[in-house]
Amino acid sequence: MSKKQWFFAIFVVLAGMVIVFAPLPVHATAPTQRTFRVEASQYTYSPAILKVNPGDIISIELISTDVVHGLYVDEYGISVTADPGQTARLTFTADKPGSFRFRCNVTCGALHPFMIGKLQVGPNTWLWRASGLTVLAALAILILRPSPPKAQVT
Amino acid sequence: MRSDLTRFPFVKSLLKNRWPQFLVWFVMLAGFLFAILSGFFGTPVGNRNFGIVFVWIAWWAVLILVAVPFFGRGWCSVCPIPLPGEWLQRGAIMNPPGKKPRWFNLRWPNKLRNIWLQNLTFTLVALFSSVILTTPKVTSIVLAAMLFLAIGMSIVFERRTFCRYLCPVGGFIGLYAQAAPMELRVKNKQVCLACKDKPCYNGSEAGYGCPWDVFPGGLTKNTYCGLCMECLRTCPYDNISVNTRPFSADLSKPSGRMDEAFKAFIMLGAAMIYAGVLLGPWGKIKLAAYSVGSLSWFGYTAVFLAFIFGLLPALFLGAVGIGKVLTKSTLALKQSFTAFATAIVPLGLMFWVAFSLSFVLTNAAYIFSSLSDPFGWGWDLFGTAAISWQPYLTSLLLPLQTGVLVGGLLWTARTTQKVGSKVNISPIPVIIFSTVVTLTMLGLLL
Ligand code: SF4
Ligand code: SF4
Ligand SMILES: [Cu+2]
Repeated sequence: MSKKQWFFAIFVVLAGMVIVFAPLPVHATAPTQRTFRVEASQYTYSPAILKVNPGDIISIELISTDVVHGLYVDEYGISVTADPGQTARLTFTADKPGSFRFRCNVTCGALHPFMIGKLQVGPNTWLWRASGLTVLAALAILILRPSPPKAQVT
Repeated sequence: MRSDLTRFPFVKSLLKNRWPQFLVWFVMLAGFLFAILSGFFGTPVGNRNFGIVFVWIAWWAVLILVAVPFFGRGWCSVCPIPLPGEWLQRGAIMNPPGKKPRWFNLRWPNKLRNIWLQNLTFTLVALFSSVILTTPKVTSIVLAAMLFLAIGMSIVFERRTFCRYLCPVGGFIGLYAQAAPMELRVKNKQVCLACKDKPCYNGSEAGYGCPWDVFPGGLTKNTYCGLCMECLRTCPYDNISVNTRPFSADLSKPSGRMDEAFKAFIMLGAAMIYAGVLLGPWGKIKLAAYSVGSLSWFGYTAVFLAFIFGLLPALFLGAVGIGKVLTKSTLALKQSFTAFATAIVPLGLMFWVAFSLSFVLTNAAYIFSSLSDPFGWGWDLFGTAAISWQPYLTSLLLPLQTGVLVGGLLWTARTTQKVGSKVNISPIPVIIFSTVVTLTMLGLLL
């Protein structure tokens, strides 16, 4: 690689670091209390995507319409189990921002390992950062072409 | 850049001697038969059944996260599925008892000497995967069917016809083995030219002729060499080497074959569909994929096939076409298409790694419980039966998946440029294609 290409490579790495680590302005929304009524049935949650703001106090009322189901929130490490016909309640503060999967944690049938929902606390920042990184990578490769460009006639 | 591992006497005798391989085979075959048994006689609850947990979580994790990326066809050298058939075909387990073929020993028909059948078998397994992955009996039926098919084909045809032309797993291992930093090659082609009997292909007292129907002297890529080590045993001139090498070494030779090109799309597309269907929050699609035979399943099947065999290759063809126009290339569209398809091999592999990381880490806990209670009968063999489910390392998951996908894109983009300069076609549209599918995959996983 030429000197110019080295500089460019270093620039790309720095830009990548900015994309991954730059602190974003926080839109401070006053925390509110939110209640979701989530119906669990083989093998789905309804609604399956919950969107809240960081700091909100979340209360999930889990109602099972067939067999026993659970709801475990990744990263938060908290869970609740609902017997059919009975409402179980899970209350917690959404203090970790980001996008998290929640999953059934009671074996409920064949597709049980894939009974999955999504809790989105604030914007899905990581997806934006990852997408930025992807585009940066593609651009970097396009600009930093193999040197020297070999042309072969086939 | 290459380093021959067989120059270490210890490594060489480990690979050349039949015993180490046999011991691994023995354990694998025992585990495989046990998995089949547990599926038939154990609990019908998938995540409590040894067969499901050890095949689809433990084995799959090792295969796609370690074996294929680092050792290419390494798995094929210890795979239990073709063994009973092969032993029957040879009439021996260890050294060759004599050269006379015991059974029909037919050659596989020329028309089928490609991987279209493997494309078909993989697509079928993928289409029914929601059921296969989760139902112990069905997993057992599939595993047993592979075992018996391999036995049948060993009796009718010569060599390992099942592995080369039918096995749904073998097809994609071969594709991705091209990216692996390992290879088996001859040391000196001149020696092979002068070698009269070619015992590596025809067999000798010391070992069997290449079971994968490959002539080692002609190897230029890893796709069809099963790393069985027979040629290491048979070559009288010590001309076989097992090398470490840079990643993706074979991908600098673009493929000219449509069957291999489509393998790449089938794998890329299937990884995306799995990520969306199995790991996404859309319950209706999961049910559709699971309810085989229902109207919604036919809908799912139609979308699945249209995406993998229609949309993805069509977009790719468009990208290749634009590249051709940009550089006023006169190379036939078909050749350009297959050449560039070689470049998306690393991206597909990394899509599978990213998908599997999530699938494996969130389900790995079942390995402990089903190890102690393989049939779900309430046993506790190793005291781990009560370990309760919990996903592992989920905080690392997003950064890991992002790194893997961005790395895969870089790798594929670089390979695309190399292919582009070989065939004199602008790689830019294909790189844009790869970027768009990577962004889609990120959206599905994160
Ligand atoms: S036996 Fe050895 S030297 Fe002879 S053709 Fe095969 S690899 Fe080459
Ligand atoms: S005999 Fe040699 S070339 Fe043939 S599959 Fe085995 S290791 Fe590969
Ligand atoms: Cu459930």
